[in-house]
Amino acid sequence: MYQYPTYEYRRPPELDGTSRHCPVVVVGAGPVGLTVAIDLAQRGIAVLLIDDDNTVSMGSRAICYSKRTLEILDRLGCGETVASKGVRWHVGKVYQGSELAYQFDLLPDSGHRRPAFVNLQQYHFEECLVRRAQDLPALEIRWRQRVSEVTQQADRVDLSVTTDDGEYALSCDWLIACDGARSPVRQMLGLDFEGQVFRDRFLIADIHMTSDFPAERRFWFDPPFHPNQSVLLHRQPDDIWRVDFQLGWDADPELEKRADRIMPRLRAMLGPDARFEIEWASVYTFSCRRMQKFRHGRLLFAGDSAHLVSPFGARGANSGIQDADNLAWKLELVLRGLAPEVLLDSYDSERVAAADESLANSTRATDFITPKSPVSRCFRDAVLALARRHPFARGLVNSGRLSVPSVLARSPLNTADRDTFAGAMLPGTVAADAPVEGEAGAWLLEYLGGGFVLLVFGDAVDDTAARAVSEDPIGCRVVQVGGAQGAARLRVRDVQGLAAARYDGKAGTCYLLRPDQHVCARWRAFDADAVRAALACATAQV
Amino acid sequence: MATLDTQANIPAPDDFYEALIGLHRDLSDAQSALVNAKLILLLANHIGDPQVLREAMAAAREDVLVSVPTHAS
Repeated sequence: MYQYPTYEYRRPPELDGTSRHCPVVVVGAGPVGLTVAIDLAQRGIAVLLIDDDNTVSMGSRAICYSKRTLEILDRLGCGETVASKGVRWHVGKVYQGSELAYQFDLLPDSGHRRPAFVNLQQYHFEECLVRRAQDLPALEIRWRQRVSEVTQQADRVDLSVTTDDGEYALSCDWLIACDGARSPVRQMLGLDFEGQVFRDRFLIADIHMTSDFPAERRFWFDPPFHPNQSVLLHRQPDDIWRVDFQLGWDADPELEKRADRIMPRLRAMLGPDARFEIEWASVYTFSCRRMQKFRHGRLLFAGDSAHLVSPFGARGANSGIQDADNLAWKLELVLRGLAPEVLLDSYDSERVAAADESLANSTRATDFITPKSPVSRCFRDAVLALARRHPFARGLVNSGRLSVPSVLARSPLNTADRDTFAGAMLPGTVAADAPVEGEAGAWLLEYLGGGFVLLVFGDAVDDTAARAVSEDPIGCRVVQVGGAQGAARLRVRDVQGLAAARYDGKAGTCYLLRPDQHVCARWRAFDADAVRAALACATAQV
Repeated sequence: MATLDTQANIPAPDDFYEALIGLHRDLSDAQSALVNAKLILLLANHIGDPQVLREAMAAAREDVLVSVPTHAS
């Protein structure tokens, strides 16, 4: 059994009369709050992270962490801890009845540092992040304290915080609410959270079982052991397995949570000889909804507090972590006076677009898993029946389209292409990884760090030009793929030619990458003025 | 992109119609509905062109709400 850590409550000095103003307060130490707090603190911004509990997530909850999440955590210094603890997987199998209808591979090409997904209990994930957070002097976590009042002023946010020892006041420049689906901060301010509730119930059972089942995602429509409903199976570390049973809307959630109801379901699925015990169980419903805006003046909403989707597709925690990745660098530049506050509006527009993509995917998967009408059910069954024999129908089977990073194609921070490129790396795309050789590691993403980077193919940018680019107040390092060595450029060798292939990189090709590693501009030849203009555009200085 | 062809295009229309009705022989309503759904999916994939499919869907739905009496009271 997992031993939950206890994080100590410390009596805050503000209770004894000292006053405190912080640049940033983050509410909620879940995966998203921890990520954004770590990112900001790593950038040297003082952050106060407040959580109303004194431990990690109860139960395994979010278990599938995507390649992009791991890449973001690599930048934050805890990717390896999470990746090595998690169970890697990339194959998904979908069954109709007891027959395999469809199989997918989420990472068919090699040459990426991180796998498509790792499965890891949310409590392990949070524990890894808390440990990283505790290494950062700029980050203070206050456990067992609850933000009980939020008032927005023109130049600051005033807060009341409730503790076991009483209440105290705080103020901050910016408040990031990562306080979950029921976000108390959102509710205190009476902000909207519109969407669609799905009339279906699901049972999650995490069981401890020694088994040599492979590490794959398995999804059944109408299996013999659970007729007319769906079942999802995932492997987690420590011999823990996640089983998710669709129950239907009429199921009684209190009754279905009882072990004497769960055990026969598991027994039917796993067979008479399987030895297992239930570690955690929960009955849930879900809704698809989002706030109209994720930025309300000095208040920024990230993760479940801002948008909520069904669990099929692993788009909850993973998209929240991308919110954090998107927000931290922008907030840093605003706090340092290097970019105007309007840059934060791009957090809103970019992440609202990403949330809409997740919502659309999630709603479509839900319509397939939980058809809402007899005709919808009929088409679903027709697709599954055809998928066994006809390849075209396999692409229509939807048991959840798994999280991939959003392409911020319509972002106002992008500079439109003026040159011609082949391939997928259009402005707004997250930088593709590739195996390289060089001083700082064996993967291209390790060279990008957390600032702007001009990724240059060949030695088209000499040291003088590279220094000029890096002396821009925003700062922009030059990373060079191949070509001759120079003092002001970090050089990697494209050992398998995959960087050139993935970026359509030819001698002279330049990509401007944002601190969150999204492409914001690209050219076929270096042009210092164009780079300067694109940097200004990417930081809302136009 | 092509557009939906609504001029006669089936060489022997009566043969086709007979085959279409025959396809449902001895099937329950539920089985017939499943066969129809499979047929739509197979044909839609064969056509492929999203514009043609959109036009066909719109043409299929045209007038349905006004012309078909509903059982709702």
